[in-house]
Amino acid sequence: MLETTQMSPQGNERIVNEVCMAICTVNGSGSATANNILYRSLFRMGILTSGKNIFPSNIKGLPTWFVIRASARGYTGRIVHDDVVVAMNPATIQKDATYILDGGVLFYADHLEKPEIKDKEVIFYPMPIKALMKQVDVPRNLQSYMENMLYVGIVGQVLRIPEEILKATIDHQFRGKPAIAESNFNIVKLGFQYALENIEKKDHFYLEQLPELKDYILTDGNNAGALGSLYGGVQFCAWYPITPATSLVESAIEQVGKLRKDPKTGKNTCVILQVEDELAAAGATLGAGWAGLRAMTSTSGPGISLMTENIGLAYFSETPMVIWDVQRVGPSTGLPTRTAQGDLSMIYTLGHGDTKHVILIPGTVTECFEFGWRSLDIAEKYQTPIFVLSDLDLGMNTWVTKRFEFPNQPIERGKIVWEEKLEKFKDWGRYKDLDGDGIPYRTVIGNLSEKAAYFARGTGHDEYGNYSEDPKNWSDMLGRIGLKLNGVVKDLPGPIIRRAKADADIGIIGMGSTHDAMIEAQDLLAEMGIQADYMRVRALPANTVVREFIASHARNYVVELNRDGQLRQILSLEISEYSEKLISISEIGGLPLTAAWTAEKIFAKEKHNGKNR
Amino acid sequence: MEKTVELNRLGLALADYKGKPSTLCPGCGHNAISNQIQAAIWELGLAPEKVMKISGIGCSSKSPNYFLNRSFGFNGLHGRMPTLATGASFGDSSVKILGISGDGDTASIGMGHFKHVIRRNVPMVYIIENNGCYGLTKGQFSATTDQGLVLKHQGVNLLPPLDLCMEALISGAPFVARTFSGDVKQMKELIKAALSQNGVAVIDVISPCVTFNNRDEALQSYSWGREHEAPIQGIAHFSKREDMQVENFEEGTYREIQLQDGSYMVLKKIDKDYDPTDRHAALDLLTESYKYHYFATGLIYFSEVPPSIQAQYDLPEEPLNRLSSDRLRPSKESLEAINVSLY
Repeated sequence: MLETTQMSPQGNERIVNEVCMAICTVNGSGSATANNILYRSLFRMGILTSGKNIFPSNIKGLPTWFVIRASARGYTGRIVHDDVVVAMNPATIQKDATYILDGGVLFYADHLEKPEIKDKEVIFYPMPIKALMKQVDVPRNLQSYMENMLYVGIVGQVLRIPEEILKATIDHQFRGKPAIAESNFNIVKLGFQYALENIEKKDHFYLEQLPELKDYILTDGNNAGALGSLYGGVQFCAWYPITPATSLVESAIEQVGKLRKDPKTGKNTCVILQVEDELAAAGATLGAGWAGLRAMTSTSGPGISLMTENIGLAYFSETPMVIWDVQRVGPSTGLPTRTAQGDLSMIYTLGHGDTKHVILIPGTVTECFEFGWRSLDIAEKYQTPIFVLSDLDLGMNTWVTKRFEFPNQPIERGKIVWEEKLEKFKDWGRYKDLDGDGIPYRTVIGNLSEKAAYFARGTGHDEYGNYSEDPKNWSDMLGRIGLKLNGVVKDLPGPIIRRAKADADIGIIGMGSTHDAMIEAQDLLAEMGIQADYMRVRALPANTVVREFIASHARNYVVELNRDGQLRQILSLEISEYSEKLISISEIGGLPLTAAWTAEKIFAKEKHNGKNR
Repeated sequence: MEKTVELNRLGLALADYKGKPSTLCPGCGHNAISNQIQAAIWELGLAPEKVMKISGIGCSSKSPNYFLNRSFGFNGLHGRMPTLATGASFGDSSVKILGISGDGDTASIGMGHFKHVIRRNVPMVYIIENNGCYGLTKGQFSATTDQGLVLKHQGVNLLPPLDLCMEALISGAPFVARTFSGDVKQMKELIKAALSQNGVAVIDVISPCVTFNNRDEALQSYSWGREHEAPIQGIAHFSKREDMQVENFEEGTYREIQLQDGSYMVLKKIDKDYDPTDRHAALDLLTESYKYHYFATGLIYFSEVPPSIQAQYDLPEEPLNRLSSDRLRPSKESLEAINVSLY
């Protein structure tokens, strides 16, 4: 089987800054902090890295894996096998060891049963975790947490992370709490010293300092989305907890008090309200949007299902609101802690009757920030609900990402009219298209003009909002809404394109967080003799650049994490004259995409088509 | 000769508070409610622009069309009126909220939202136009339909009714009242009192459906209501204390309560002394009145109003929806600090 861009160790060769390490622990044991310290340390050494958390739908006691892939070449997407496994969970050590590559490494807590590995060469580093713990005085409730800190020191030393880097990372992690930082560092140092004095390095993996990654930060997509919304001037968010969207709003709750005080009065300018269910979340957000507030909510697939009726009302009453869907595996309750891209089709036409929605699809954490504020502008400008489609991998994992850029344009409120401007209109109606762009002028509560009020409704209405069952009225109204939203394309982010190094017959198309794997797949395919241009779609409806990309290739492989090839289906619909050029490559298991799988599938299809060079 | 039109303290006539002509059935109880809402708000001297009307779906929820053309309205989703009201209440908290719903809208699909909007104390007058049936879908049982009632096409209702005043009381509403479309004077005074509070006020209006549920023996019919109505007290609302001198009240027979906006409610004893601030008495009254099938109307429960949901957020005096954009975006420096902290 094709094994990606991993380099198999040969002889005395040093493999520098290219290592994939799986840390296998028990959830709820405090391993997350330890894992983050290792991860952050690599970042501070200037090495591009990813850290993916594979965790169960559970609070304590079940296995969890944290996979760090360091790659100075920039290939940080998921790979199936590991160079290094750090085994701390007796329940899974036998299976965990099967993922190690030939020539790889197994660090294991030595009170666990050493696995027998017959079919490959593995270097074993037993870690005397229990014995070392006896040397320190740690309260019982911090035992397992501190055991994890030991492996940070041991693994760090063997892979040659400088002690000062580990210390700096720990100081950053516990900034403001020097005593805690010190006690954590002491444990790490204990492990580090042990390794320095007792472990003879037999493996080939080395980490070396590179120039600082000073244009980058480390954070997760949900935090970025929360910040983007706050910098986008969000004023109201009603929400209901659901994995993996919860941390988006919780991040906003943590930061709203500091970031969103009115400069004039010192009072709060953003309300975040936890409500009784997703129907209330959507309904309250809609009510706020109608009342003239910039409004947003965040949920996952099951929540979107519940919000459907309210979204339809927002669509037809032409009320602005932003809905984040941090996708997880569906259908149904699905796999709440696994990632997917399976809500696209549902959201595209969410709601009974003719509804068609605007969707932004961020692929990086930085884009989560950017789309957080842009979505509010687009929603208000077009007076419509708009979706931001993220996923668990992007939202809940910490990524190395470009620094957040301050919004490069002022907040867009769209066509809201107050008393003075309203007086100037000769014949205003809430749903009258006065400018010819399909976007009416809207008034909001509190407007003191006698002319301002109108009766919003989901039922048929005329241009003044009056109830109407007239067939032409209905058809014209719905038609204008359709027209209005066709115009939105010019305000949507276009695709990101990475051209092949030579002329490419084929295109590979993706969306969202599969980006890193797609880039690696593109390069793998090149090594296999197939030149492919890569395009990452960032919004729907698709614009002309997307159309031209598809048109200009003989075949386009649409790669996505769902069963039915939803992006391919939608692109076929929108760009129907080229639909035979679109071929689906999709899978749904709940884990992030791998470049190897992608390249293999495309290679096989190309070969089948007789196009292999 | 010019006919003099009576004006309220804002210089507005009753006609300035009207809506569109009703398309409900002639004699519909909801029409009485619409008229009394219009009269109450006019008498209070509230500007129509300072009121908004939110409704769900049903005959009840069509009624906001028939009053206050100059007030913003939103005819939303079945059962979901409270969620719209919750969000809208933050747009401009100087605009009072009238939430109009029905027994289908509130007691079935909307039960969860009903309880939670009360629990949250969203400042609004929540009016349930209760006719014990589903009118707009033509005559199904609702959750407030009396047990044993027979309706055409439905047969016999085997299930006991929910009591929405009881539900409101249990959820912690600081103002719970029941009234009747056949007692418009009481209804109007209750609406005025409800609008004087900055919290949730629930008024369950028994509002007969003349088309589908008006048989003499039915709990929510005009005739049964008129025959069995037992007001628990007389109620009058006064915007100013001075106006109270106009009525001559006998010592010991009345109680005056000052409302949050400085206006007054006067409760006049009828036969028994009923203390609406006594929660146990209220629970007993509701239990007894269902058990013995008498129709208690009036102010059932009243308490000090807890802080409204807005009070929990320390918001500016100015309406949130009028804040200029420069007050909504944090500074460039603050983003730089965040970038530094995330390195």
